[in-house]
Amino acid sequence: MHLDHSHDGPAAVSADAHRPDGTRRALRIGLGGPVGSGKTATVAALCRALRDELSLAVVTNDIYTREDAEFLLREAVLPPERITAVETGACPHTAIRDDISANLEAVEDLEDEVGPLDLILVESGGDNLTATFSRGLVDAQVFVIDVAGGDDIPRKGGPGVTTADLLVINKTDLAPHVGSDLARMAADAKAQRAELPVVLQSLRSEDGVRQVADWVRAQLTAWTA
Amino acid sequence: MTRAALLVLADGRFPAGGHAHSGGAEAAVKAGRITGAASLEDFCRGRLYTTGLVSASLAAAAALGADPVALDEAADARTPSPALRVAARRLGRQLMRAARAAWPHPELDALARRFPKGAHQPVVLGLAARAAGLGAADAAYCSAYESVSGPATATVRLLSLDPFDATAGLARLADDIDRVASEAAEAAARAVTDGVDALPAASAPLLEVGAEAHAAWAVRLFAS
Repeated sequence: MHLDHSHDGPAAVSADAHRPDGTRRALRIGLGGPVGSGKTATVAALCRALRDELSLAVVTNDIYTREDAEFLLREAVLPPERITAVETGACPHTAIRDDISANLEAVEDLEDEVGPLDLILVESGGDNLTATFSRGLVDAQVFVIDVAGGDDIPRKGGPGVTTADLLVINKTDLAPHVGSDLARMAADAKAQRAELPVVLQSLRSEDGVRQVADWVRAQLTAWTA
Repeated sequence: MTRAALLVLADGRFPAGGHAHSGGAEAAVKAGRITGAASLEDFCRGRLYTTGLVSASLAAAAALGADPVALDEAADARTPSPALRVAARRLGRQLMRAARAAWPHPELDALARRFPKGAHQPVVLGLAARAAGLGAADAAYCSAYESVSGPATATVRLLSLDPFDATAGLARLADDIDRVASEAAEAAARAVTDGVDALPAASAPLLEVGAEAHAAWAVRLFAS
């Protein structure tokens, strides 16, 4: 990253910390994980928790056009102009990792059109355990898995589980119903991730997203320091 | 110049956004015009001699140093479908980012400043080739090949087509790609002296019509 590089060109190339006009760009946080693990629900809960204190926007990467974006719009978590859907050509991991150009365009357009922004959440389409975000696209990434997907997922590892800046084990309220052992999931995650943080959450409970929201606030504090 | 730069630019993994576009293949699959390897090859040949020829000519002219603003207008004039114009500009903007990272060049900077939301992709491609030290024929080849490789890889995903069949079809198009690239390079040379009206204006009405329908679908896998 060229943290102190100033541009007179029209657009930053990718990870530059500054926008073409020299101002600091928004912090970009990616949320990835398997299909149905609760990425969109986490994004919606984060928007509700943070929208009164931060200027934020969301980019979704849907497999079929705009379904996740439509969910966020229906839930009215943000004004519609703050939510952009990127189409991924049946390959969600390509759009967040190998060829990030459409996502970069989306975050730049959001900053141009509704900015200034403090935070942009980039949600991946549901994918597999190897799907991680390029460092050219996001500054930090959250990997969301859930207890109903099988309590052996933390043990299986893979780049999402082992390297994400935050691992979220979602839907803890379902653990007794699907026979998942939360203590085992937490221990396996700890073994895979060493010092990297893990959050167990249920969005069914009051303020269920608080730990993740606090983590996001800490990232933002570090970004703007 | 270095010929190896052409491999970098023409690589299907060059990060310029193409993976999310089907080049009209998704609409053609839905309409029943592409059903397997044989009809994919026919589709690609048709696209190559129409859209492919026009794109390759624009790219070659840009590589020769023709005025990119005039070329962009010529591309608009040759693209009746608003949906295709939007797709071409979006892909141009995405290619611009990758090209500026790969081959920094003042002419790329100038074009990016002139079209912050993107110039037509073939114009950017030609200028990227120029920035990479490549010639008009190289730019034409790259554009002509892209005009068929995009639909082929998209159809592999859309129809779960055997990837070897799709690739064999591309290989069988090699002579046609030679012909189109050579015609495009000649037209580009004429355009430098006679103006952009010397560029071909071959059209594929079904691609234009299909793109408009596709853009209105509620559920689709590809952006165009």
